[in-house]
Amino acid sequence: MNFWFTEMHTDNVKFSIRVDNQLFTGSSDFQRIDVFESSEFGRFLTSDGTVIFSEQDEFIYDEMIVHVPMAVHPKVKNVLVIGGGDGGVARELSYYDEIERIDVVEPDELFVDVCRRFFPDNACGLDDKRVVLHFRDGLRFLRGKVDEYDLIINDSTDPLGHTAGLFTKEFYGSCYRALKEDGIMVYQHGSPFYDEDEESCRTMHRKAFRSFPISRVYQAHIPTCAAGYWLFGFASKKYHPLYDFDAARWNARGIKTWYYTSNLHTGAFMLPRYVEDLLEEEEGKLKKQR
Amino acid sequence: MDIDRQKDAPVYEALLSFKRRRVVPFDVPGHKRGRGNPELVNLLGEKCVSLDVNSMKPLDNLCHPVSVIYEAEKLAADAFNAAYAYFMVGGTTSAVQSMVLSTCKAGDKIILPRNVHRSVINALVLCGAIPVYVNPEVDDHLGIALGMEVDKLRDTIRKNPDAKAILVNNPTYYGICSDIRSIVSLAHEAGMSVLADEAHGTHLYFNESLPVSAMEAGADMAAVSMHKSGGSLTQSSLLLLSDRVNRGYVEQIINLTQTTSASYLLISSLDISRRNLALRGRESFEKVKQMAEYARDEINSIGGYYAYGKDLVNGGSVYDYDVTKLSVYTRDIGLTGIEVYDLLRDEYDIQIEFGDIGNILAYISIGDRIQDIERLVGALEDIKRLYKRPVSGLHNAEYITPIVAATPQAAFYAAKELVPIRECSGRICGEFVMCYPPGIPILSPGEKITDEIIDYILYSDEKGCSIQGPEDPTLERLNVIKV
Repeated sequence: MNFWFTEMHTDNVKFSIRVDNQLFTGSSDFQRIDVFESSEFGRFLTSDGTVIFSEQDEFIYDEMIVHVPMAVHPKVKNVLVIGGGDGGVARELSYYDEIERIDVVEPDELFVDVCRRFFPDNACGLDDKRVVLHFRDGLRFLRGKVDEYDLIINDSTDPLGHTAGLFTKEFYGSCYRALKEDGIMVYQHGSPFYDEDEESCRTMHRKAFRSFPISRVYQAHIPTCAAGYWLFGFASKKYHPLYDFDAARWNARGIKTWYYTSNLHTGAFMLPRYVEDLLEEEEGKLKKQR
Repeated sequence: MDIDRQKDAPVYEALLSFKRRRVVPFDVPGHKRGRGNPELVNLLGEKCVSLDVNSMKPLDNLCHPVSVIYEAEKLAADAFNAAYAYFMVGGTTSAVQSMVLSTCKAGDKIILPRNVHRSVINALVLCGAIPVYVNPEVDDHLGIALGMEVDKLRDTIRKNPDAKAILVNNPTYYGICSDIRSIVSLAHEAGMSVLADEAHGTHLYFNESLPVSAMEAGADMAAVSMHKSGGSLTQSSLLLLSDRVNRGYVEQIINLTQTTSASYLLISSLDISRRNLALRGRESFEKVKQMAEYARDEINSIGGYYAYGKDLVNGGSVYDYDVTKLSVYTRDIGLTGIEVYDLLRDEYDIQIEFGDIGNILAYISIGDRIQDIERLVGALEDIKRLYKRPVSGLHNAEYITPIVAATPQAAFYAAKELVPIRECSGRICGEFVMCYPPGIPILSPGEKITDEIIDYILYSDEKGCSIQGPEDPTLERLNVIKV
């Protein structure tokens, strides 16, 4: 038996995982979802043929998108997670006692059902009593929300697929408005390595840089992402991700992690030259416009 | 409509079986299934270019259809409740022109609303007919021209009993419908034909809760933009006839200007789209309706915008409203429609159909998804947050009653001179001036120019409307008839 799942990372690069068997396939109004079992990555879930997460590497992503802002903002009470129907982000958030409310906004009920069935270690995050799950479009949910959240995490997956609306200028604008005066928003920033991904990475930085006074980018190594390399955006109204970072406070919490550490926090913001260059180029263009 | 027969798609099926025969081409087009133009194949795909073939026996001929195109047109006629249907490959412009040229000769009168598409007046330039305008009522607040009122039409018919035809928009670009049934009965009583410009009305044929279609209402001819709400390729269109029309003459008129190398991409797209509409049109447009209504409610709840709908209906100048249209009045947030149109594209990567002085129009169709609607609504909300301005200082859009001083044909071919626009007041215009889209002329050849019109043109230009028509693209001068 020789079954392989293949995803095209570019027109000329394939990423393949040998599959033991397929556990699920189904379609909703939003996407086709498949779940596979593999020996290297454990179970993994794909949306329209793109890997969304795997058991073996989801911790990197979930830890990096949660602990980085949580180690900066001193008093997070209300969190909004856009996407995040798998529960991984909610699970990481649940380690923080001071959080009072976690709104998880996921348009696709099927996605949540599948995750509950096949990824209980992620989906347990949704069972935290502070979590309120909303089956709604993220943009629709944000409309009319003003000054409500300390932290917004954009955990939606694909800037070109069915969640494209969550990578747009109006989305960043809506988030800005929904955040309190010292709020932070973190979001997926894509992978900058391949040419065809570079442009969307640039556009994303432009949008955040324009909408927020502080906008920095940090990185992580995630094997199932294109080139195994992934960026996150940190957009903030007041707190700087390094100057306002309190390592001692975070370490005192004693949260068990496998990827994130307070040392890595600082390191994650130290970007390779080519990434720094492309971000600065976009910032330069915008400064000139002003 | 015979649903079983509508499952056929004769042109499409003929193309597939032609492809399987792997015929060696020693005819045009010269790219020979794309082999002679690899870049084009790269762009459009092998499948697409291999179907770009010439008329031949197994594929019939659009200029004189006898087999598969003939069958496909018969199916289209049945689907659209018409006696005859013609596939048009020169856009709805060619269908509109065929309607006018089939009913009017030089010196004949044609009754029409002023807010017609330029293609109608172009047809008058070609044939020398005389336009008699029924001035539409204008919604003062929105600044848009409404439908044709039956009382005004009755009056116009009484004054011009020799007119040959009446042309009516069904609906207008903005979705406004006139009482076309009453218009048809008035016209037929007076011995005139009714020509319907249904460039924005394909869907009316496939959902009974939408305003009545021209053929259903008894019109003589209709030009239907299949490529707009019908889903076919750009430039493909339908001309529909009732059994009151002499089809042989219409066919001769069509062939006066129609290409003899009609594209099979366009023809097959009409065939396939007709099949889709017949089989699934009802539910598709039900969904479009719901999406448009949802968008309207959401946009109205933002505040500052006015997305209008059935609330405009007044039994007269707005006899009915096509709820699949999404028109939004923007001036209450201090922005002209054209400014919002530009912001949506430049800042939010959203392309809408057009913006005029006071309104934007977003085209909702069978290809839309609810998440895209959320983007549009979200962007409009963000635009209000970031770009809202005081309302003062904005002109209201207005309808300017045209003064017809010469027929479009006489004016178009008259000796002309270029005169600085500010000095044109009182002169007779020799060319078109219009914002595009929507492509409704502000000035047509033969119309008297006034100060009011000049101000309006310059204001539209300043606000960023694309002004088309004048020979001098800088708009510094207009072509007027020599005195």
